[in-house]
Amino acid sequence: MNGYDVAILGAGIVGAACARALATAGMRVIILDRAPIGSGATAAGMGHLVVLDDSDAQFALTRFSCQLWNELAPLLPTDCEHMHSGTLWVASDDEEMAAVRSKHTYYQERGVATEILDGKAIADAEPNLRPGMAGGLRVRDDGLVYPPCAARWFIEKAQEFGATLRLNADVVGIDNNAIQLADGSRVVCDKIVHATGTWTRHLFPQLPMRPKKGHLVITDRYPGFITHPIVELGYLKSAHGGQRASVAFNLQPRKTGQMLLGSSRQIDTETRAIEPHMLGRMIARALEFMPTLSRLSAIRTWTGFRAATPDSLPLIGPATDRPGQVLATGHEGLGITTSLATAELIVAHLTGRTPPIPLAPYLPSRFAEGGAHG
Amino acid sequence: MADRIALTINGHPMETTAETSVASAVMQASGGVTRRSVTGEPRGPLCGMGVCFECRVTIDGVPHQRSCQTSCQPGMRVDSNPNFNASEASVTTLRSGSEMNADVLVVGAGPAGMAAACCAAEAGKRVVLIDDNPHAGGQIWRHDPAKAPSKHAATWIERMRRHPIEFMTTAQIIAAPAEGKMLAETAGGLVTLRFARMILACGARERFLPFPGWTLPGIFGAGGLQALVKSGFSVNERKVVVAGSGPLLLAVAAYLRKRGADVRLIAEQTRASLLRFGASLVWNQPSKLTEAISLRWQLRGISYRTAWPIRANGANCLESVTLTDGSRSWTEPCDALACGFGLVANLELPTLLGCAISNGAVQVDRWQQTSKPGIYAIGELTGVGGIDKALVEGQIAGWAAADQPNQAAAFLSERDQAARFVHLLDDTFALRQELRSLPDAETIVCRCEDVRFGRLSHFTSFRDAKLQTRCGMGSCQGRICGPAVQFLFGWSSDTIRPPILPTALANLADS
Repeated sequence: MNGYDVAILGAGIVGAACARALATAGMRVIILDRAPIGSGATAAGMGHLVVLDDSDAQFALTRFSCQLWNELAPLLPTDCEHMHSGTLWVASDDEEMAAVRSKHTYYQERGVATEILDGKAIADAEPNLRPGMAGGLRVRDDGLVYPPCAARWFIEKAQEFGATLRLNADVVGIDNNAIQLADGSRVVCDKIVHATGTWTRHLFPQLPMRPKKGHLVITDRYPGFITHPIVELGYLKSAHGGQRASVAFNLQPRKTGQMLLGSSRQIDTETRAIEPHMLGRMIARALEFMPTLSRLSAIRTWTGFRAATPDSLPLIGPATDRPGQVLATGHEGLGITTSLATAELIVAHLTGRTPPIPLAPYLPSRFAEGGAHG
Repeated sequence: MADRIALTINGHPMETTAETSVASAVMQASGGVTRRSVTGEPRGPLCGMGVCFECRVTIDGVPHQRSCQTSCQPGMRVDSNPNFNASEASVTTLRSGSEMNADVLVVGAGPAGMAAACCAAEAGKRVVLIDDNPHAGGQIWRHDPAKAPSKHAATWIERMRRHPIEFMTTAQIIAAPAEGKMLAETAGGLVTLRFARMILACGARERFLPFPGWTLPGIFGAGGLQALVKSGFSVNERKVVVAGSGPLLLAVAAYLRKRGADVRLIAEQTRASLLRFGASLVWNQPSKLTEAISLRWQLRGISYRTAWPIRANGANCLESVTLTDGSRSWTEPCDALACGFGLVANLELPTLLGCAISNGAVQVDRWQQTSKPGIYAIGELTGVGGIDKALVEGQIAGWAAADQPNQAAAFLSERDQAARFVHLLDDTFALRQELRSLPDAETIVCRCEDVRFGRLSHFTSFRDAKLQTRCGMGSCQGRICGPAVQFLFGWSSDTIRPPILPTALANLADS
């Protein structure tokens, strides 16, 4: 045997999930990364496994993927810290309660278990929320995972099915289905899957993808302070959409008793440094929802870059004008959630099987000239 | 006679003296245990100087407070083994919004920082001096309520008093949000410091190397135990073994003996170091030789051996330590082991500020200025070299930061001589290879997250190990395990981000 069926660039959670799925499907797989497993956006992310309804296509992908995570949960090793935590969407006022009701209807109609909480019920569910919240929505089957260990476990599973892992592998070019590495060696393969997040732009400068910077804080251990991931319902309007820098309250428990606090979004910046003003705005937003956080110790902060596309949907499927090359990138803030569904779509595409959900909304060709969605 | 203070520890009333640290009071009340680790092991204080976070307790309902850095106060409620109760956590906004302006900000009030502050103030500059301890003196001149400061220390304390230096105690720098601006957490709230020049005198901490049993309560740093005794922990009639490496061991042993300890043994890992060290001192630092001879007299009758610990024994606290001299091993019963393997500079703040660092030391020019204009570094930060080097570098930086190069120049040759001591220390007390094989698979390396040696040995970088095991990701942020994994695996620490010490979330919020 000389060469691989598939080379996966990127040992983040998306590449790792693809490796596991492809190797399990019987393909000869090699995973290449220049850095340790899960050390890019995977390490920066919160690990929230969440069904979202920004669009029907986003719902389909996140919903399918959350089902896959829940099926996988009993098999995950303990260091993946999986929690069947649900999600609590918090509404501050009547307008947001109206949004709670329509979100509830949308999820219910599609078989996702949700429950509307009034002001008293949400205070009972999370006593550290400030008094006087209008209510919220509990999504029952969302979850949490510690992404770097999940990525490592996916790769271990792939290796059990014969996959090869090569770290410290710096890709400098691709030609005729051979990948050239900085050390002068070449990896020959039939297909290439690009799962390199924002870095994908180095090989595909035309891709309509921009890095969206985020800040995060982790606290010391305060077991029981919160029990759900708690996200403000205004999250979508305040954080997801606009072009300006924004923050939204997003607080998640970890199995250790620590809490992860987000979130911020900034475009047009590529500096990794903590920006005290953004960090400060983000924390101030959280204190509005949960004043009791103020005395808790922050032990570490960091930033990361989400690979964002104009329609907030990932790029999954064949790269236009590059035969044999496939994209699995552009997941913005949902790469952890949608890694498993992405892997299933990639397997279907490369094996010619019918995809488990329609692939069309995520095809990179939608952004090509004359592409399906313009 | 010191004032008596009444407080409550783990629900029981207790009396102690003013200036006793909460750590010392808790150890007295609980048999040396201050917390349970994340896997349930009993732990006691290690470093005694606010670095290791092993002494964290809940004070007046606020969890995760470093008890070694906190003095007992009347009516204080201390809980060393709490079930965290969210509803008890008080809701106060700590941000006080107060501001201080300085021509020269000096960070660290050890000998280097004291000297720098004095000189800059004598040059007419407005000086703010900040330190996370309740008193000036740093580690080597650490305040001791039981004993007057040495003549040398008293001279500098007196010189400080003669000038209008603003001295902020029990205050920690947590972030540097912009050029010329620092945030400090103090008992009175958050303070914004604005300054034109800054002199970093952050000092050093002990290097700890993992060996089986080293996490047992009763095992301290060498300087760590000394600091705890100074803040009220009694070693009277206790059997103590002093081990590790470096001249600090002798000073600590002499101090502990004066305070009533039965020092059973001093175990220095380097062979015949004292002899070689003494011989070099004759040529390089005659004054230090006098010191060494005086120490030797104070330590008469105490066994001094070339040996190192290979295992600490005990169920819930230290009962004995097993040592080896390389060919033979034996077990020494003891109540305390004071053990440190030399010093490493506290590089977190200079790293955060972007100062160039090489071989574990901040790089400086002849005026002690770092690669960042207007930021100076002195003392242990520029190479671990002890008090003479600290004082002379402090004076150079103090005058230079106050734009008095002629005054500063007077100390340059003295500095160059003192700097030779750095290399002498490095050469004499180089760590032996055998220390790399002390840990077994079960030995904890990261004490915050209880990460064991066996889980770490196959990783290739600190970053990879951190992500997969949480090593170095706990409260101390790798301050203890970082130098250890550097020695064991050759891993260097990655970047520093704010906050450089854990701080209340409110302190990082935009007001």
